[in-house]
Amino acid sequence: MLHAKNKIGLVFFPAFDWAISPTHPEREERLLYTLDQILEEGIFDIEGIEEFKPDLVTIADVQRVHFCVPDPWKVMTESHFISAGGAKTIGMAVMENKIKKGFALVRPPGHHAMRLVHGARGFCNVNIEAIMIEFLRAAYGINRVAIVDTDCHHGDGTQDIYWHDPDTLFISVHQDGRTLYPGSGFISEMGGPNAHGMTVNIPLPPHTSDEGFLYAVENMILPILGDFKPDIIINSAGQDNHFSDPITNMNFSAKGYADLTRLLQPDIAVLEGGYAIEGALPYVNLGIILAMAGMDYDKVQEPGYNPEKIRQTPDVTRWIKKVGQKVMENWNQREKTKELRQKKQDFAKRNRDITYDTDNIAETQKETIRICTECGGALRIDSTAKPGHRILAIHIPHKACEKCVSCGYEWYEKADQKEFFKIFLQDRTCDKYFDKSAHS
Amino acid sequence: MIIGLDVGGTHTDVVLIGDQDIEKAVKVPTDSTNLFKTVLSGLEKIITNIDPDQINRVVLSTTLITNLIVQDTPFNVGMIISSGPGIDPKLFCTNGNYFTVSGSIDHRGRETQAVNEKEIQQIAAKLLSAGIRHVGVVSKFSTRNPAHELLINKILESSFEKVFLSHQISGSLNFPRRIATTYLNAAVYPIHKDFYVAVKKSLEKKGLAVPIRILKPDGGTMRFEASIDFPAQTILSGPAASVMGSFAFASDNETSLVLDIGGTTTDMSILLNGVPIIDPLGIDLGGYQTLIRALNTTSIGIGGDSVVRADNGKLSIGPERLGVALAYGGPVVTPTDALFVLGLEQDGNLQKARQGIAEIGEKLNISIEETALQIFDLACLTILDSAQKMTDRINSKPVYTVHELWEGSKIEPKTILILGGPAPLFAEKIKTLTNKKVKVIPNWKVANAIGAALARTTCEVTLLADTEQKIAVAPEEGFSRKINDKFSIHDAIDIALELLKVKALKRGANPDYLDTEIIEKMEFNMVRGFYTTGKNIRIKAQVKPGLIHTYKLKAENFLEQK
Repeated sequence: MLHAKNKIGLVFFPAFDWAISPTHPEREERLLYTLDQILEEGIFDIEGIEEFKPDLVTIADVQRVHFCVPDPWKVMTESHFISAGGAKTIGMAVMENKIKKGFALVRPPGHHAMRLVHGARGFCNVNIEAIMIEFLRAAYGINRVAIVDTDCHHGDGTQDIYWHDPDTLFISVHQDGRTLYPGSGFISEMGGPNAHGMTVNIPLPPHTSDEGFLYAVENMILPILGDFKPDIIINSAGQDNHFSDPITNMNFSAKGYADLTRLLQPDIAVLEGGYAIEGALPYVNLGIILAMAGMDYDKVQEPGYNPEKIRQTPDVTRWIKKVGQKVMENWNQREKTKELRQKKQDFAKRNRDITYDTDNIAETQKETIRICTECGGALRIDSTAKPGHRILAIHIPHKACEKCVSCGYEWYEKADQKEFFKIFLQDRTCDKYFDKSAHS
Repeated sequence: MIIGLDVGGTHTDVVLIGDQDIEKAVKVPTDSTNLFKTVLSGLEKIITNIDPDQINRVVLSTTLITNLIVQDTPFNVGMIISSGPGIDPKLFCTNGNYFTVSGSIDHRGRETQAVNEKEIQQIAAKLLSAGIRHVGVVSKFSTRNPAHELLINKILESSFEKVFLSHQISGSLNFPRRIATTYLNAAVYPIHKDFYVAVKKSLEKKGLAVPIRILKPDGGTMRFEASIDFPAQTILSGPAASVMGSFAFASDNETSLVLDIGGTTTDMSILLNGVPIIDPLGIDLGGYQTLIRALNTTSIGIGGDSVVRADNGKLSIGPERLGVALAYGGPVVTPTDALFVLGLEQDGNLQKARQGIAEIGEKLNISIEETALQIFDLACLTILDSAQKMTDRINSKPVYTVHELWEGSKIEPKTILILGGPAPLFAEKIKTLTNKKVKVIPNWKVANAIGAALARTTCEVTLLADTEQKIAVAPEEGFSRKINDKFSIHDAIDIALELLKVKALKRGANPDYLDTEIIEKMEFNMVRGFYTTGKNIRIKAQVKPGLIHTYKLKAENFLEQK
């Protein structure tokens, strides 16, 4: 019998009866061949690898992160409760020392889902990593969390949720936003004024291969994590950087993914995208599992793998080095820049247009954050969705100072029910969610 | 009339069942060093003064293969393994003559690397010069496409006595288990064959020429002739015998827990609405994880003859057995001795039992009666606790669809059925420790032999259809057929059931009483680009474990009688 060096846990939930639509990439078949490969490899028989049955998340778990319009039931299906629940199950098992590391192979994914949810964007409805993280914060008192998003698409939803949180480091490495959905994730996006520098974007040029990804890990991600010193590292493990992925343009391999996992040593990995369901996913997932378990993955190789054919050009290499210089420069100056950004203002505002490509909704947001040197700051979002409603959402962060708490409540109490379809308050200091609406 | 024989750890039970009743039941001690003698003496005893012509069925449940494997005797077989990408196949090495070779098939059964025939010929030469006559061949994903195993077999078959191909042994995915299972089949083949040929000959000499059937761990039987190709499938059938012995008693609309309390172990299992639960993978035995289909049973080292100890002020029972109880002249204190002290057992040396229990009591600083009571309580509580853990394990088995997870109901046994030597005594105690209904299986002492005698032939079939590749296959059955786009899940089910029927008859089933069911059916649209290019259909069908039809009702009569 084989033994894993690290005791790891897996939740495998392929949702064999759930799809966005019959021919959508996010469909029943997506993890079928991955399951075949995992079963044939006998992964669940390895001593030290345990399979867990996913729990369901509760409405309170969802509302700790999201403002769902009009309510969670309307924007989630059963499958979302399970996939977020799968991540939560793994998180709990890690926190309770049942396992050293864990991997939630679940679908549907979540990293495009933002704090406010009018519908689905980028195949995502709710953010399963954020729901897990905020549950772990509430239940186990963890504080500093690092999320490393290795999906090929920028993790704009996770970035949005943690934009103002100084205790959560969000690093996204992805294909350059000028060439791929969602068109964001540039180096200049570094977080809100209270959490400047805690969002790190590493856009890589198309056709980046193993060499470039591992360069980014070794020269950017690992030094930044070393400085940040997280309590826990979460990997949003999208697998669409694979050279055979049908909807992206990168040249990453299964062995590259396993190497990345070995270097990164995440405590928890959560599956995100990845749509080369036959040629990539079975091998990439196997590689990640073996790497997490501390086992040899040298013989994990996808059919058609030819490192010479997919090797990145010298131009790409030079480009990535430049990205690295800029990213590290920003990181090293983060505290100074933060000070500058916080100077001479009480509130910062930004206006945004958000597209829900999956559900065809256009949202405009007016966001106000209280500038605060003591906490993440009270946050007020005035949002109008078309088709949809105008709503007001107020977020008081988990370690909010007294001033930010009272600011949040003041916003909430003053809000006029005639102007908004829904008025929500999320008070994370006491883990409560309020809904002051004329419509219920 | 039917003969059923069940070899237990302590005793071997044999029953002779007539049209209306149990004609005869005998018990002989099990000699684990000479099972042939044990089986033969049991059979001789049962047919004494019986007209051999009246016997039309003999079913044996032996521990032959179990013992061979647990004893860890080195087996002289060759293994040829082709894997392709994944975990290094060298890590699954079973024995000395284990060769990993080139060749690879992917998860959809497509060849991604060819077999190197020359390499196989060279290995064959090595195996022959090492005097090896039995070979196992395993290729990864051979259950999707057996082409490589078949090709390797073609190169080997003329030079070796028997070649075992993994795709014929199981239809399930699990390469390491398929390697272990194929190895075990090749390893035990000669001994299995010799044993049953010898039993058959001995019976023929006594004028008994009926086909011998062997009980399998999935609660079904198989004819000896069919077992030649799958000898390891007869591994560890004891627990299945007791489940089948309780079968007639389980209610069809509630869940029961079956406890077979023996001398060495207590075997437990669950009947869900009267139907035994099959283990999702296969038996674990002697360090081997296999794909040998089995009922989901758990065995713990607590029985009437388990060793009782009091170390550091703490009472413990089992898991080993060193002999019979002190009261029967054994070497150490056992739960059976506690039953003597409590006045529940007679016909033994009460004085010896009291003396042993008293010594335990002294260490614990309690009276002799109190000690006996605590031993009995602890034995029963440990059994109940293990049963609860088994139930939890079954309930925590992951499921892969939203529907199953959302609607999935938990198994919770409402009734406990108890059989085995001390069944009535333990039942009385267990009644006081649980709120479940507790029943003793009538004829509790030989219910396992009855279960063996009356179990029907079972088997399983896996069918895969891929309308993009335009092929339907059931590699285990050597079945492959071209299909077109119109092929549906209903067509797949029809083929699976037809294949199942053919297989069951070959293994000895009665064609008039085949109780078949579909146990797994999945259908996926395969989408490439943004278009549906085909369907991927997967079907598993089985003959339900149960009692032979003509005897189903009568079984209840036999068992009702005390």
